[in-house]
Amino acid sequence: MSDVATSSVSYVAICSARIRAELKSFFRQREAVVFTMLFPLILLVLFGSIFGSQDEIVPGTPFVNYFVAGMLGASLMTSSFQNLAITIAMERDAGLLKRLRGTPMPKSAFFIGKIGVVMVVSLASLALMLTAGVLFFDLNLPVDAKHWAVFAMVFVLGLTACTLCGIAFSSVPKNGQAAPAMVSPIAIVLQFISGVFFVYSDVPSWLQNAAAIFPLKWMCQGLRYAFLPDAAKAREVTGDWELDRVALVLSIWIIVGLVWCLRSFRWRNRADG
Amino acid sequence: MYTQSARIDPMTAVEIVGLTKTYQGKSAGKSTTTQAVAGLDLRIELGEVFALLGPNGAGKSTTIEILEGYRNRDSGDVKVLGVDPQKGDAAWRARIGIVLQSTKDLTELTVVESLATFAAFYPHPRPIDEVLHLVGLGDYPNQRGSQLSGGLRRRLDVGLGILGRPELLFLDEPTTGFDPEARRHFWAMIQGLRAEGTTILLTTHYLDEAEALADRVGVINHGTLIALDTPSGLGGRGKALAKVSYRNTDGRIVEIETATPTQVVRELSSSNPGELAELKITRPSLEDTYLAMLGPDGE
Repeated sequence: MSDVATSSVSYVAICSARIRAELKSFFRQREAVVFTMLFPLILLVLFGSIFGSQDEIVPGTPFVNYFVAGMLGASLMTSSFQNLAITIAMERDAGLLKRLRGTPMPKSAFFIGKIGVVMVVSLASLALMLTAGVLFFDLNLPVDAKHWAVFAMVFVLGLTACTLCGIAFSSVPKNGQAAPAMVSPIAIVLQFISGVFFVYSDVPSWLQNAAAIFPLKWMCQGLRYAFLPDAAKAREVTGDWELDRVALVLSIWIIVGLVWCLRSFRWRNRADG
Repeated sequence: MYTQSARIDPMTAVEIVGLTKTYQGKSAGKSTTTQAVAGLDLRIELGEVFALLGPNGAGKSTTIEILEGYRNRDSGDVKVLGVDPQKGDAAWRARIGIVLQSTKDLTELTVVESLATFAAFYPHPRPIDEVLHLVGLGDYPNQRGSQLSGGLRRRLDVGLGILGRPELLFLDEPTTGFDPEARRHFWAMIQGLRAEGTTILLTTHYLDEAEALADRVGVINHGTLIALDTPSGLGGRGKALAKVSYRNTDGRIVEIETATPTQVVRELSSSNPGELAELKITRPSLEDTYLAMLGPDGE
């Protein structure tokens, strides 16, 4: 970026100042912390306990393991897509983005700050959810390096795609107040049809097709590979984990998200023209 | 890099020649065009405190936002500190300070945290203690943005605006929500910045503020500058007749318009041995002059 370097100003110092400000702002907003980090954990414990282990998706693997893998995917989406789509819309309305745009801060530093908060929040959420999964629902951690690598791939690609889409989607609601009402339903619908609350292959095929367009379905599928025994692939639609497809679709969404951001991102709200 | 045009003096803080800006909009299903700025010319010298006055919708905010680099113009030449604001880079932004009209952001950070975050953006920021002192937030360093009253929030906005030691400071209605004491304190701060050589472009609805602070005032209406002068000279105010008035023994108010009020009073006091009831000498205030300039409908 051409505006990165200003003679005696350190880009690293600017970015770390932004990240610190973002983290303080996030963790001081109790509603945001509850909604982004605790709510997925509560859902995990609640649904995990209700579904219990009465049903098995394949012999020896209870549904609750399938559900935990899906909730990890949902929590990645919450800490990136929902978090950013809502907070950036509100910050734009409050005038923060316009104020920053009037300073010599390189534009990219704003996004670095957002990526910083998404990284911290998503890692903390994952740690909470994995701990709860292992403690209460006999979740097995990835068995070998390849399973860990796929977990890492889904984390990096999925989080990047959802982060970019969240930044881009923040320009869609008319104003900051409308943002939660627009963003949350999208996330909830996707969770129902993408293999979080129900087994994906049990969902009607037209809904499967709809879900397969979006990243969450592929994130959950990659996470199931990482956390479930290999035999569980019998419950996948194609009978296979399709890891190449997971990587491909998430990569396409990264490109879509990036182009969408570049075309639609606004530093001022609509009333301000 | 910027190449100097013949018309533009590099020692000028702001130079505007033939600026126009039109907005395309929709109202009641029909597309409408609003000419916000219609051929504006203005020059602000370095070190000057300049107040831009005008009713809402006169083109004031659009002009300021074009100067700040937020909006692109339709036509005309604009240079701010020698740079076209549409091409202003980080180095240029480090030389200007912007205080926007109304803000609701930075609610979760404390005053000091906000200042420290923004200080990282500037090559030579003022020490944070100095900013706190200058804007009168010394008693509230650890107050969060959401806990500040309207007036204190505004001081934070001003603090963030002067943090980078700007050569040119934009103040868009800076004292909205200030109590009278805070306003006097703010005025003193502006005089201090001016003494340091900061050029200040101010918009305000308080005409006493313009009168107290500005070296020159410009009045903008319907997108053009309709008057430009010192506060005391605006609209021929300096040459306007003074009005001497008093209540005579019949109980009637007598008004005498004169260019030599001292002489009139002298004559009155020699012809009237006692006190003159309700004796007053008045000249048109800046507000009177301004309102007269805008016409009967206030536009």
